[in-house]
Amino acid sequence: MPTNTLNGRSFAVDEEGFLTDRDQWSEELATELAALIGIELDEEHLAPLRFMREDSSRTGVTPTLRRMQTVGGFDVRALFGLYPGKPAKKMAWLAGLRKPVGCV
Amino acid sequence: MSTTTSTLPEGFILPDFGDAPRTTRTVQTGEATAVTTTTSYDGPRKMAFICSKGNLDMAYPALIMGNAALGEGVEVHLFFTFWGLDIVNKKTNDKLRFTMAGNTAMHLDDLGRVRPGLEHASVPQALGNLPGMTGMATRMLKRQMAEQDIPTVPEFLDLLQASGAHLYACRLSFDMAKMLEADLHPGVEGVISAGDFIEIAQGAQIVFV
Repeated sequence: MPTNTLNGRSFAVDEEGFLTDRDQWSEELATELAALIGIELDEEHLAPLRFMREDSSRTGVTPTLRRMQTVGGFDVRALFGLYPGKPAKKMAWLAGLRKPVGCV
Repeated sequence: MSTTTSTLPEGFILPDFGDAPRTTRTVQTGEATAVTTTTSYDGPRKMAFICSKGNLDMAYPALIMGNAALGEGVEVHLFFTFWGLDIVNKKTNDKLRFTMAGNTAMHLDDLGRVRPGLEHASVPQALGNLPGMTGMATRMLKRQMAEQDIPTVPEFLDLLQASGAHLYACRLSFDMAKMLEADLHPGVEGVISAGDFIEIAQGAQIVFV
């Protein structure tokens, strides 16, 4: 299992770079990871990440964008605005979760 | 006969006929200089879906793949033509139906409880033509989709619109069906011709459903 090291912090990741151990995550780490992809993590950015961690701790899987909308009450358009391009992947990565596998 | 060489006047707007090279690349190959022109698209990845069917089970493939593509940061265009127009017609898109008739891949999971192996058997075609069967099959499919948290067709269009998909209705089908613009899902950007769509789809991977 590969390990990423960022600013002296080490964490286990899968071959694509997603954290494999959710307990190695912290909001500080998320902030440092976000800086790598040009995102400044403010409260607005953190809210969906917190929901994803809370939701996945119950279901065992990373929520999809659809679930972020129906269960989390987030606006999909806003999520695309906060995390342009590949929001579901970016958010899963920043939340210290595995890549989402759901189709919808 | 004389040929006149004409140069475009400054500021002259010429329609894009596709024969004017967009980029010209000069490649130095030893002594000779080869000039290669290319009109190929080199922008971000694009996908274009042509939705031509109005059955419930045929509406979903493009919606699901289009949504997945958006999540991958791909630019997505959906063109609704012929029966596919029913997907973006607010009067019909919550009433799309699924029929067993003509579908030899129709199995009933519950039959496995009657006799093991029966869940893999193709349901007799004649059953699909009995009155009420299409309604029953539609309800069954809708329930199965809902169990997987797949949105209904109108909700799916809302999701696609919010995710930045570009939706278009086919001009010919629209006129043939005597449809009203007011009946189109608000995510539909326009009623366009096949030619318009081909232009929009330049550089896109095209999926026909």
